[in-house]
Amino acid sequence: MAGQPQREPKRPGTADPPMVRVALITIALVFLALFLFIPVIAVFAEALQKGIGAYFAAIADPEARAAIRLTLMTAAIAVPLNVTFGIAASWAIARFDFPGKQTLLTLIDIPFSVSPVISGMLFVLLLGVRAPLGGFLADHGIRVIFAEPGIVLATIFVTFPLAARELIPIMQAVGSEEEEAAIVLGAGGWQMFFRVTIPNVKWGLLYGLVLCNARAMGEFGAVSVVSGHIRGHTNTMPLYVEILYNDYQFAAAFAVSSLLTLLAIATLIAKHFLERRVVPAKPEQDNLAVKVAA
Amino acid sequence: MAVKANTKRNNVLPGFNLSLGFTLAYLGIVVLIPISTIFFKTFTLTWPQFWAAVASPRTIAAYRLSFGASIAGALVNSVFGFIVAWSLVRYEFPGKSLIDVMVDLPFALPTSVAGITLTAIYASNGWIGRYLAPLGIKVAYAPLGVAVALTFVGLPFVVRTIQPVLEDLDQEYEEAAATLGASRLQTFVLVIAPALIPALLTGFALAFARALGEYGSVVFISGNMPMHTEVVPLLIMSKLEQFDYAGATAIAVVMLTVSFVILFGINVLQRWSSRRLAA
Repeated sequence: MAGQPQREPKRPGTADPPMVRVALITIALVFLALFLFIPVIAVFAEALQKGIGAYFAAIADPEARAAIRLTLMTAAIAVPLNVTFGIAASWAIARFDFPGKQTLLTLIDIPFSVSPVISGMLFVLLLGVRAPLGGFLADHGIRVIFAEPGIVLATIFVTFPLAARELIPIMQAVGSEEEEAAIVLGAGGWQMFFRVTIPNVKWGLLYGLVLCNARAMGEFGAVSVVSGHIRGHTNTMPLYVEILYNDYQFAAAFAVSSLLTLLAIATLIAKHFLERRVVPAKPEQDNLAVKVAA
Repeated sequence: MAVKANTKRNNVLPGFNLSLGFTLAYLGIVVLIPISTIFFKTFTLTWPQFWAAVASPRTIAAYRLSFGASIAGALVNSVFGFIVAWSLVRYEFPGKSLIDVMVDLPFALPTSVAGITLTAIYASNGWIGRYLAPLGIKVAYAPLGVAVALTFVGLPFVVRTIQPVLEDLDQEYEEAAATLGASRLQTFVLVIAPALIPALLTGFALAFARALGEYGSVVFISGNMPMHTEVVPLLIMSKLEQFDYAGATAIAVVMLTVSFVILFGINVLQRWSSRRLAA
């Protein structure tokens, strides 16, 4: 029954009374308007409250540009590392059987269940100047906490599971027949990897990358703990928003916010289009695997 | 036998040692070592120190607000998230696909942006707050504001856990119930609702867990008054800012333990849920 086509004949026994239908749709729309649509509109309205000139001035401010640069740099380091990890983890987990696999899956999920503030705090405890390791690094002139490396580390931690979590079910759903064929026909390991594996999971890879990137650029709590709020130096965009807001520069705060909101909307649109392509259509695939990936 | 065949077949593929080795090394460096520091740090505390941090009146007030507002947010999301999921799966209406895309917004929007925006809207001169203020309802800088922010961050969880279950639900049972003379309400209560309960509980737990650790969206709307509108992550933050690492660690360990218990509970729920679907 799971394979039924989307379009089904009208089923009178399963239809709700029109009154109920209208009422539920109205409630849903009002709820979403209050919590999603009005906030999004408000970001742009507040950003433009002092005119378009002030809007662009706020974005072009040197401190804003420094924040944008640090945000891009952080994502440029954290995302490739975590996507590489995602590929390695999904290959090991989806293609091989080994003891402790379930435990490994649980451990990969840990950063999801740690509060952002606690995530940042872990790195302060580990690498702050008072900690043994942090003290050692400080003696050698390497500052991690209250500096860029701390921001990058905290971001890597909070975005750690994202790519792996998306890639594991996709890798499982794609199956290994084509890879085995490649190996049996004499392909080398890396040849198989770049010619068969990567093309098979490319949409899933992009999907994981998009999600990981959105979180890396938007993380606030964890980087807030490790940044130490040095203006123009260790601010990412979400941190800079806070500084402007606490300075009562509301229009500027919302102007920077509007860029982050556009990024969020672009992420959602990309997610929507990628979701349909993550698993290449294969009729012989068993349904469970498809469901896991969905 | 299937397992045996599987293992044998997998032997053809290369890269097991490399991929698993890299996975474990990276997991160790990025996650396990940092997580373990917090527990090592706890062992350096004495009992009185630990107890003073985790059971002070200010901390107790923060637990109460964090748990209360998180439960309130998760409950609101359970009710309205269910209605949203139901509308998206069962009805056709204009703008439906836009809404389906937008439901994930709280996942994608940076929490500081969400925080200042919700504060601007729900402040007493804001777009929505101005209509609530004359009624004596204060949202921003009050516990209600915390609940509003936590509702926002938890919104996608209930919708996204119920939606796929609802899509897979076989409508034949509903037809059978209708044919046998059940009213639509009876069908809903006796046929549809029981099938959705595991997913609803999972969604509730996910939204609750997310809300409990939330910092960014709450810090702006709450006003951060100790004993009144200070949530636990905020309390940890202020202890860190005062370099009271011992106190921050003690409270963090309590919260981590709660998170891991919830995570375990969610795993159990999901296993229950998939077993029910399979049956």
